[in-house]
Amino acid sequence: MPHPLVVKAHPVRAESAICPRAVVADKIIVRDLGKIFEGRKSSTAALDHFNLDLIEGEFLCIVGPSGCGKTTFLRIIAGLEEPSDGTITVHRSGAGERPLNAMVFQEQSLLPWLTVIDNVAFGLEMRGLGRRERYARAQPHIEMVGLSRFRDYYPHQLSGGMKQRVSLARAFANDPEILLMDEPFASLDAQNKMILQEELLHIWETHRKTVIFITHAIDEALTLGDRVVVMSAAPGRVMEVVNVGFERPRQVAELHARPEFGELSLRIWRMLEGEVRKSRQSDAA
Amino acid sequence: MPPRKRPRLSHDAQERMLAVLSPIALLLLWQMLSSANFFDARYVPSPISIFEAGWALTQSGELWLHLKASTLRLVAGFLVGAIPGIVIGLVMGLNRFVRAALDPIVAATYPIPKIALLPLIMLAFGIGEGSKIAIVAIAVTYLALINTMIGVLAIDRIYFDVAKNFGAPWPKLFTRVIIPGALPLIFSGLRLSMGVSLIVIVSAEFVAAKSGIGYLIWTSWSMLVIENMFVGIIVITILGVVSTFLLKELERVCVPWQHTGR
Repeated sequence: MPHPLVVKAHPVRAESAICPRAVVADKIIVRDLGKIFEGRKSSTAALDHFNLDLIEGEFLCIVGPSGCGKTTFLRIIAGLEEPSDGTITVHRSGAGERPLNAMVFQEQSLLPWLTVIDNVAFGLEMRGLGRRERYARAQPHIEMVGLSRFRDYYPHQLSGGMKQRVSLARAFANDPEILLMDEPFASLDAQNKMILQEELLHIWETHRKTVIFITHAIDEALTLGDRVVVMSAAPGRVMEVVNVGFERPRQVAELHARPEFGELSLRIWRMLEGEVRKSRQSDAA
Repeated sequence: MPPRKRPRLSHDAQERMLAVLSPIALLLLWQMLSSANFFDARYVPSPISIFEAGWALTQSGELWLHLKASTLRLVAGFLVGAIPGIVIGLVMGLNRFVRAALDPIVAATYPIPKIALLPLIMLAFGIGEGSKIAIVAIAVTYLALINTMIGVLAIDRIYFDVAKNFGAPWPKLFTRVIIPGALPLIFSGLRLSMGVSLIVIVSAEFVAAKSGIGYLIWTSWSMLVIENMFVGIIVITILGVVSTFLLKELERVCVPWQHTGR
């Protein structure tokens, strides 16, 4: 087993052959991205000269202290915020019929008035698909997250873990080119979190979509990602890109027990520690 | 020791039983006190004599006449008031300019007791059915409007983010996010409207009508036919209970996600 390496430049993955589309080395190119939130009294810089390259089909995790702008970056990619500065270039694959991205939110984001199947089919419905076709497409994704029995339930009848499974299914059912995940498991207890990480890994193995996964948990980033981007305190910049060499498919619990996992985790913590203190000081000020 | 017997009725059934039994017990007590001449029968008639009066009014067709008049005014006023109220409330909830323009007007005129406007409304709509429908409609409009606006404003931002992220076109955003998101509060506005409509219609019929349950109550009182007055009060109570029940059933159908248990 190869020892995980820490590198600043990103390597091009050779084994992307699983996705039949043409491999785009740089799926997303982010250059000098800046975001300033204008407040009444003062303005806050959430992102400043943020640069990042994403490879087609990779699972990229971003860790950083609270308020470092990682969620802002994701929301810009998702089209929910306008950048103040800089560019994002996305190389689209296919005829462009597929949606560019789908986001899995941190908080409860299922529509309370829709049943599980209607929530999963929501993106398809917005794209104008008829009921029969969107149900046919949503059904396998409900099965994929093991909730077939609950397809006609409303979200309030489900547990927290089940709701996040439905959110995952909703994002995958829309078949986006890029999957955006904003701390999707943050509100779950430790055991549920591990189970969902395992399931996400399993689903991702079969789809191999380009994923950007935001988290503040170093172990989660190392468990899931091909690369881990370490961000500085606000305004957020890329401090370091860590290449995670663990082979796939991965077993979450087994991975956590490895000494290399601990070493790498400690290394990232050393990088982050100062930034977390910095961001706490600026909070206090 | 023999195993303890399980209670034959569930807690729910027990509570339902009590809910039915307690008013019956109260009526029985009332009847007994009346029979014992505890009350002055001229002012507090016995339940049996009220029932007899009600029967007579039903047989003569008079009660149906009044009930029909009040119900028509209520239904017409409710529809004429609720529909524009919901529409304006939606626009105010969605557009901050419209909200900024209309909010002060609504806030300033809402506290006016609607019955105080009756003379003005009769000037505008005449002394016929129009003015009775109009006053119910005005009372309903405010509550429907305010609750719908708050309903739209209270929709969690995240649902708009979800719709935007999934590329929802405006009509779909409206029908799949905004309307269902506001629906629970729209319904609470309608429930409040229902109660206020009853107050308004009865008051209007007291003073400015030749038919209706309010008219029946008022004329029975002024001619000291107290049994008929009580019949009127009971009928308007039943009307309130039935309309609230119908609205609840409609809500159950329209807002199913709030009424399904685990």
